[in-house]
Amino acid sequence: MLNYDIVVIGGGPAGMAAALKARECGIESILILERAETLGGILEQCIHTGFGLQYFGEELSGPEYADRFIKQVNEQKIEYKTDTMALEITGDNKVYAVNKTDGLLEIQAKAIILAMGCRERPRGALNIPGTRGSGVMSAGTAQKYVNIDGYMPGKKVVILGSGDIGLIMARRMTLEGAKVECVCELMPYSSGLTRNIVQCLDDFGIPLYLSCTVIDIHGKDRVTGVTIANVDENRKPIPGTERFIECDTLLLSVGLIPENELTRAVGIDLDRVTSGAVVDEYRETNHKGVFACGNVLHVHDLVDFVTYESQTAGEGAAMYVLGKKTDSDQVTTKGVGAVRYIVPQKINLNNEGDVKLYFRVGNTFKNATVKVKYNGEEIISRKRPRLAPGEMENVVITNKMLQTFSKDGVIEISVEV
Amino acid sequence: MTKKITCVTCPMGCPITVEISDSGEIISVSGNTCPRGKTYAENEITHPQRSLATTVRVEGGVHNVVPCKSAGPLPKEKIFDCMEAINKARANAPVALGDVLVENVCGTGVNIVATNHCPAKI
Repeated sequence: MLNYDIVVIGGGPAGMAAALKARECGIESILILERAETLGGILEQCIHTGFGLQYFGEELSGPEYADRFIKQVNEQKIEYKTDTMALEITGDNKVYAVNKTDGLLEIQAKAIILAMGCRERPRGALNIPGTRGSGVMSAGTAQKYVNIDGYMPGKKVVILGSGDIGLIMARRMTLEGAKVECVCELMPYSSGLTRNIVQCLDDFGIPLYLSCTVIDIHGKDRVTGVTIANVDENRKPIPGTERFIECDTLLLSVGLIPENELTRAVGIDLDRVTSGAVVDEYRETNHKGVFACGNVLHVHDLVDFVTYESQTAGEGAAMYVLGKKTDSDQVTTKGVGAVRYIVPQKINLNNEGDVKLYFRVGNTFKNATVKVKYNGEEIISRKRPRLAPGEMENVVITNKMLQTFSKDGVIEISVEV
Repeated sequence: MTKKITCVTCPMGCPITVEISDSGEIISVSGNTCPRGKTYAENEITHPQRSLATTVRVEGGVHNVVPCKSAGPLPKEKIFDCMEAINKARANAPVALGDVLVENVCGTGVNIVATNHCPAKI
């Protein structure tokens, strides 16, 4: 059996930032487990630019952003195993993993950091009727084919879902010579960044159909087309609006799901909205010594925020190993109305610093006010010119405020227009 | 003539209307809520620019392609010409992040540089 102070599951931006911060906090014995053949995670295939504006103050591509952390992991001589799949974590913080050279690994950890990222929702989760011809795949799968493997998966493309990955792939396929017929979005708004709608669709004259979905897929061996239809306010197709669009490829960009199989199996409490663990301000779960950060905790829109969050988790895990993270009374956080969720869900009252609360809204707002209440009493009121589901927001609970809170108190965040 | 532009300088996404004379000169810019929006709209009318991220074929590497980007913004109307030139280019493994893969692409004065490493296949 191997022994490490901290085992990090996942070597993407979250896992690397957490490991580096833990090292900075004095932890020597750290092991990163990575399923893919290299560190870097999903950034390796996100070759477009726009990463790092917050964290580095410059615009990098995904691989460049990842490379800065891979370099540091190597410089700091943090151990990692690639091509290695974590299979299970146990109640006493052991990790079972497997790879081709070591076989089955049994690793005893003092603390574990979960940084497994997220997965795309597949066709099966949507129940789209139709045939099973080839050419239906997630946008991320197509992204890997084009950007890593160098193959084009189709020539005439329809994209379902207008999240950022769908928009980015609309541009990428177009640049490589494919004809993107349209992007269909079930909701009446796009969850993608405005910048991506302008530069990935408008620039190339690709139509975006809002309140519209794919209701049938045609083609026996290969997709030959899809039937799309408008939907009503209950997202049900409106009879009479159906139209056929010829295509050989349907890309799905219909949401991301945190990859929490290991988390669930060991009995860690999950948040129903985020599908990630319920955590405190250091991102520790209800399972002692197990922390979570990045897209496995909640889906982020900017990797920069993954980095910040993972540093917090890395610091927390280091404090736990060093015996500096002690039990404390807690308050809980709660999103009200349009505020769909808040991370962290709990704050320890013995925290000595300020605590940032990250939250996401379910609707688009202009000139709204974000209100934070403690046990019904307003403690923060902040005007925001714009709030959107695709853009994570945050408010800071200062330590001075925290000092006035008491056990089992509730912090609520709401939006008023 | 008027042209409608969505500003992408910040997440506000202001809808901007630009009025253009027959000779192509900007008469007025409206709908922006800050001076950056005006500058953005003017640039979009007079010389729109885009950065380009794509891949270059690699010979003898662990992957068939290596990602790359334009080292600076390119004129928007030359994007497809640049794609054609980049797709004709070949790099030999190993490729290191930052290597220049295409010099002065399509006479724009901008280099295409690798944005990742591609080790040689053993």
